[in-house]
Amino acid sequence: MKISREDVLRVAELAYLELSEAELEKYRAQIDEILEYIGKLNELDTTNVQPMAQVLTDDQTADATLREDLVVPCAVADEVLHHASDAEPPYFRVPKVIER
Amino acid sequence: MSELATISAVRDAVAAKKTSAREVATDYFKRIAARNGELNAYLTLCEERAFRQADRVDAMVATGKALPPLAGVPIAVKDVISTRGVRSTCGSKILTNYIPPYDATAITRLEAAGAVILGKTNCDEFAMGSSNENSAYGAVQNPAARGCVPGGSSGGSAAAVAADLAVASLGTDTGGSIRQPGSFCGIPAMMGSYGRVSRYGLIAFASSLDRIGPFAHNVADVASIMKILAGRDPNDSTSTTAPVEDYSATLGKPVQGMKIGIPKEYFGAGIDSGVREKVTAGIELLRKQGCDVREIQMPHTDYAIATYYIIATAEASSNLARYDGVRYGPRVEGDSLIAMYRKTRGAGFGPEVKRRIVLGTYVLSAGYYDAYYLKGQKVRALIAEDFRKAFAQVDAIITPTSPVPPFKLGERVDDPLQMYLADIYTVTGSLAGLPGISVPCGRIGGKLPVGLQIIGPAFGEARVLQLAHAFEQAGGATL
Repeated sequence: MKISREDVLRVAELAYLELSEAELEKYRAQIDEILEYIGKLNELDTTNVQPMAQVLTDDQTADATLREDLVVPCAVADEVLHHASDAEPPYFRVPKVIER
Repeated sequence: MSELATISAVRDAVAAKKTSAREVATDYFKRIAARNGELNAYLTLCEERAFRQADRVDAMVATGKALPPLAGVPIAVKDVISTRGVRSTCGSKILTNYIPPYDATAITRLEAAGAVILGKTNCDEFAMGSSNENSAYGAVQNPAARGCVPGGSSGGSAAAVAADLAVASLGTDTGGSIRQPGSFCGIPAMMGSYGRVSRYGLIAFASSLDRIGPFAHNVADVASIMKILAGRDPNDSTSTTAPVEDYSATLGKPVQGMKIGIPKEYFGAGIDSGVREKVTAGIELLRKQGCDVREIQMPHTDYAIATYYIIATAEASSNLARYDGVRYGPRVEGDSLIAMYRKTRGAGFGPEVKRRIVLGTYVLSAGYYDAYYLKGQKVRALIAEDFRKAFAQVDAIITPTSPVPPFKLGERVDDPLQMYLADIYTVTGSLAGLPGISVPCGRIGGKLPVGLQIIGPAFGEARVLQLAHAFEQAGGATL
């Protein structure tokens, strides 16, 4: 077994994801099978391989990475707040985070 | 196909005042009203926006102004692409009431070119799936093969075009989500090189893989839309400054002498015999056009699915952290902030998304990062190297788009690994960032569509389209 019930619980906690008992066991079994399959990557010796984080090279994005720091209008706050489930413009409201 | 099913047909008719952009849009909305109940391709229609744009085009015709390239052309858009003022759900309950405050660059460009956006199309939740069955808003019927899935994740966009409910559509491709539904619905469908089309406004699934691209009835239309979408966008730092070629201008040029690589790894175990037969016939057709066909080796192909499902889920687990019930989407109250997050996410995400968040978080977590995520990044480099070596010998690579033809609705929903394995021929080009197109390559038993995939070197879109067009003109669709 590659992944235990405890692993799934721990990971779901890290991801702030509530799972029911039924989901927990179902996903554990399915992910276990997927990880078993993924294990085939160990057939490859990658000791001297550089990891690839993205496909573009620097010269393809050279002038794309930095631009002038200009102020441009962006008046979307009202629209954004309008669709939040709990907002008190200009704020989003959330359950109390800090006890006092 | 309807009479006004291609870009040139619509544009010419509007320009010649045989019809108006408003009439064309009205006609398409009528057809949608008649057929969408059965197909479920569209989730949201935006008539007001469409007619406003159509009237703008008609005003240009009236005043004798030069018409832009997509004047009056009705287009459908996958629901993961942001449209200002028009609900964009990503096929998820967690964004059921989300109305973006801005347009994706792809949308801005299409509308600037005169296109009329009809509405938003169904898809697998957050583009995660290969059958469109992971949508929170129901499955989509394949108009080309009744009772079968349309493919995924851009199933609604493919079905909308195949059923004549749009002239063209936008999809997104992360591991095959444009090419595979194009194949399943029997229409051409293209993903440009990574960095070719701006991702600004594309609601992220896996940022190093996600790409926007078109579906249409023919390769010429795909080329026209690619030309409009492509190019640098200051709002996407990964969009490149590489010059955009005139894709339409290369169509029709002879493909004689073009070197075509056939990787034998793409014709091995797991391929449906009908698919193999059609694609083999497709390769013969290109040989008859004078292409120089040769066998090549892509030794790391068999590791692509494992690599893809590490990289894609890791990136997804990070990208989907933003859905927390604070800024958008319905909230489920809890005793604390964390409890609210957990409950909101538990209730808002569907099974496939939850599975991928758990897997992605796991491969990134302390103690497993090196064994999975870092390993995946290294094998990704090996897969890209396979392509680099191949393109030193050939101009383009040809494979089947999918190892299987469209399968029955419901047939694979309970077996995620089997569903993932069907992406085998498309995830490789995704991982390597290369352009790819799926073009119709006959139908098994005259019924089930087969797609032939053409993969080109980075920024080789023009060559991919030229070859696809030659294949189409030679009768590839009727093999």
